[in-house]
Amino acid sequence: MSINRPFTRGQRATIVNGMLAFVMMLVILQLWLLTATMNAYLGGDESLVWPAAAASLACLLLNAGLLRYLYQIERTRR
Amino acid sequence: MNDDARETLDPRIDSPGREGLTGTTAANAYRPLHDAEQVTIAPDWRPMDEQPAWRTDFPIDWPQDHYVERRDFTKFMVLTSLAFTVGQFWIAVKDWMEKGDGTRPLTRLASVEDIRVGTAQTFAYPTEHDPCILIRPDERTFLAYSQKCTHLSCAVVPDVEHGVIRCPCHEGKFDLASGRSLAGPPRRPLSIVRLEVRGNDIFAAGVEERTV
Repeated sequence: MSINRPFTRGQRATIVNGMLAFVMMLVILQLWLLTATMNAYLGGDESLVWPAAAASLACLLLNAGLLRYLYQIERTRR
Repeated sequence: MNDDARETLDPRIDSPGREGLTGTTAANAYRPLHDAEQVTIAPDWRPMDEQPAWRTDFPIDWPQDHYVERRDFTKFMVLTSLAFTVGQFWIAVKDWMEKGDGTRPLTRLASVEDIRVGTAQTFAYPTEHDPCILIRPDERTFLAYSQKCTHLSCAVVPDVEHGVIRCPCHEGKFDLASGRSLAGPPRRPLSIVRLEVRGNDIFAAGVEERTV
């Protein structure tokens, strides 16, 4: 039997710190991806435009998933 | 038994909850009124879960404040992530919309005699919004590049005598023979306009964009 106990505030703070570090890494990756894609696109290399967009979308979905989890642990607190 | 110690305590020694105690204080008198972690107490004494959202977002204790600020910064970062993704798809859609059949029109630019050796002239290719330069560095060579600097699209100026193309805005410098950047902020080379010389006429036959 699993006990669904809400996280303490200390635990939630640790979770949100880890989450923030992960989200920051993904956002920096997206920034690099955007500048590299723009450079390639302006240079006439169109082959990586769609793969880069897909990779950026994957990063966004990961970030959105983490945010959803954050909302979820907020709800279980109540 | 009533847990709320704010209400008047029953002063009797034998009142319920005091059994076995030697003192006069009820056993629940020092029981925390709220969650021990919840330092912020609303003025109406109701638990924070029942408070409006704006009150929970402005706590007065540091640990809760740190948690709220990191949580909100995470939300902001996810919004930034969305903006970057929109930017990526904007590039992709722009690329898709601009993709024609890939062919460029063959356009007559000038006749060979029109351009003296060591001079240049401007033209627009492939559309009237794409300014370009046609350069004749020597008797047998014709070169054509986009006139837009690859830094911030300022109009570049050929300096045939020194073998460079200069951008006056930020001191950018390109090689006249290849269009590659030599100095200044621009990283990418100038786009090359492919030329064809047919008889006495010079034609533009396409644009080649490059990253290096």
